[in-house]
Amino acid sequence: MNRAVITGLGVAAPNGLGVDAYWSATLAGVSGIGRITRFDPSGYPAVLAGEVPGFDPAAHLGPRLLPQTDHMTRLALVASDAALADAAVVPQRLHEYAMGVVTASSSGGFEFGQRELEKLWSGGPQQVSAYQSYAWFYAVNTGQISIRHGMRGPSGVVVADQAGGLEAVAHARRRIRRNTRLVLTGGVDGSICPWGWVAQLAGGRLSGRDDPGTAYLPFDARACGHVPGEGGAILVAEDLDCARERGARQVYAEIAGYASTFDPAPATGRGPALRRAVQLALADAGLRPADIDVVFADAAGVPALDRSEADAISAVFGPGAVPVTAPKTMTGRLYSGGAPLDLAAAALSIRDGAIPPTVNVGQLAPGIEIDLVRGAPRRVPVAAALVLARGYGGFNAAMVLRALS
Amino acid sequence: MRRRVVITGIGTIAPGGLGTKAFWELLTSGRTATRRISFFDPSPFRSQVAAECDFAPDREGLTPQEIRRMDRAAQFAVVCAREALSDAGLGPHELRPPRTSVVIGSAVGATTSLEREYVVVSDGGRLERVSHEYAVPHLYGYLVPSSFATEVAWAVGAEGPTTVVSTGCTSGLDAIGYATDLIREGSADTAVAGATDAPISPITVACFDAIRATTPRNDDPEHASRPFDRSRNGFALGEGAAVLVLEEAERARRRGAHAYAEIAGFASRCNAFHMTGLKPDGREMAEAIRAALDEARLDGTDIDYINAHGSGTKQNDRHETAAFKRSLGPHAYRTPVSSIKSMIGHSLGAIGSIEVAACALAIEHRVLPPTANLHNPDPECDLDYVPLVAREQRTSAVLCVGSGFGGFQSAMVLARPDRRAA
Repeated sequence: MNRAVITGLGVAAPNGLGVDAYWSATLAGVSGIGRITRFDPSGYPAVLAGEVPGFDPAAHLGPRLLPQTDHMTRLALVASDAALADAAVVPQRLHEYAMGVVTASSSGGFEFGQRELEKLWSGGPQQVSAYQSYAWFYAVNTGQISIRHGMRGPSGVVVADQAGGLEAVAHARRRIRRNTRLVLTGGVDGSICPWGWVAQLAGGRLSGRDDPGTAYLPFDARACGHVPGEGGAILVAEDLDCARERGARQVYAEIAGYASTFDPAPATGRGPALRRAVQLALADAGLRPADIDVVFADAAGVPALDRSEADAISAVFGPGAVPVTAPKTMTGRLYSGGAPLDLAAAALSIRDGAIPPTVNVGQLAPGIEIDLVRGAPRRVPVAAALVLARGYGGFNAAMVLRALS
Repeated sequence: MRRRVVITGIGTIAPGGLGTKAFWELLTSGRTATRRISFFDPSPFRSQVAAECDFAPDREGLTPQEIRRMDRAAQFAVVCAREALSDAGLGPHELRPPRTSVVIGSAVGATTSLEREYVVVSDGGRLERVSHEYAVPHLYGYLVPSSFATEVAWAVGAEGPTTVVSTGCTSGLDAIGYATDLIREGSADTAVAGATDAPISPITVACFDAIRATTPRNDDPEHASRPFDRSRNGFALGEGAAVLVLEEAERARRRGAHAYAEIAGFASRCNAFHMTGLKPDGREMAEAIRAALDEARLDGTDIDYINAHGSGTKQNDRHETAAFKRSLGPHAYRTPVSSIKSMIGHSLGAIGSIEVAACALAIEHRVLPPTANLHNPDPECDLDYVPLVAREQRTSAVLCVGSGFGGFQSAMVLARPDRRAA
């Protein structure tokens, strides 16, 4: 079976645009969470978000693309360019049907959609943009990325809330195993506009604190919800033999294992299924718990969800037996972009032998028995990393990245 | 030996009648279900035609709480999933939850509920800073339509890999293809898979108006969807859902389940050309068809019916006619092709799964549904489109294709389940 590896990273994160900016900020514990600037959040019960800094779409994208794209699609296009550049892939040199695009989405181009709804309801149907039919929908990033790079192979789009970011990469691996050479995959999301904000508030999991240092404290005794953000990561996933054949300048990691499970319906009274996802992902990778050097946690920031994640980790690995981290405390939760960004961080941890810290978290909540990496990055060799993601409504996903030996 | 996947249950909600039986009766009668839009006043819009479902969720067994919580498209999906399980002869206790997957396709998710709630929180479009105080608690489930998969998973008791697939108008085919992959690779033994969309709302009608994709034949709504006809002038928006029970073939055989058809091959490609435009040559769709045939280990000449995308736009019908000729060669001229969108409109992501259901029923009943309203074929559309009247014909292998915004081109090959195992 073909082995799928990650050979390029493209990052658009609230604490850094570009891989180098993101990774140096993340190792230094620099957070990108702050008061919302994309609209005036005063009067809403949550006012903090992670926004991607210093992003000038016109510097990257032509004048034809700008009017037809939502903010998050522009970020995705820039991240896809960066991922290909990092992998030193020239798409024109590969066969058009040997390249595909699989992304995750959560809410599509919601800001674009709000503008068009406003035009429709305040001005009438003739005011609606000719681009509305595709600028907001969930498939927009895959479609636009495929057009930009001439990728005509098997492609896809999944929506599984935060878990979708891993599901997309797993589907990319599935395509590579069946002979697609290269898949641009991951997710970039964001709906930081008033209408998106109101819809996110309705989920009941946003932190109401206005201090960026204490608003999002997963596993902490003071946890009170999360801060959302925008951005994510696009990865170049490639067949290992093809990557070697073209002389790829780096292979960050192999996508070695994956599993997803769904929680039993609430009426059954049975507990969540995250633990089973972890066990199945390890089995899929052919690894034992002791082989995992770090766990990138889902880190919901909601006490009951933190507890159930910590319990699942402890049940598989033993209490405090594996380093756990949540660099998303520096970016906020990025919906479908969050897990791909964690995959990028995991890949960089493997490269550099450094586990990035979880910032701001102090005393762990009672009963949470994990070795949460806090303060300085932990310098240890990382040969295998586990990334977890959970989606609203019952989605669990677990992916193992492994260094090539 | 490779694992094979068969369809053992079908649940359908389509315009013109609820349930799979009513759906098949409509298709084989050649009647159309398009009409003047009744859900809101369509008079300010260019296109005022749609294929609507007469669906009352309380009569379909949903509780008041479920009705409040779920978008109409989620309601469709849950009702279809229940019909499909019952059709497959599976009680909830007969599914092994960890080995059961749910894959639901949808192009536009809960767009209708989102628009309704937007109007409330924006005070009719007046407030840019919309009010959180008037938001309904389940608004998050509309924001992120993975809630559709959650509802179906809860309804059927699935705890295996579960997701929503959203590749525009190929979502329905792609969701079934995705679920087929999960069973073949061993991640699941059973999948409840299909697609749903309920997009008939002002914003959707307006956005298709803006690019003149939908038909303005407002004076004759019953005959507004005219695929392959010289007078076609856009698609008729529709709504609906189909959900299938897919099972690993050996397991289905052991429990004595009836198999409608085998999902023998599936492939998708992108045209990487334009978000809404199509090149007339049908090149990428032809490539998807060839790849699906390869996966099915069949030759183009084995195909004896094509269920076309046949949306009734000028560019689509030419594009796909070219794709059939390019992929099947001279055999394209000998192969009946039809578009059920002529009768039930284009329900965006849902239609692909509804069309797969139609293909399974065509194999089962040895009848090909017709293309309604086709009186004067476009000279550029010169294949056998089964005009107006259903045709009795036994089929062994049928092709179902879809094409969508974003450039997606998908193709699926379904085969009579008793065909020799390859």
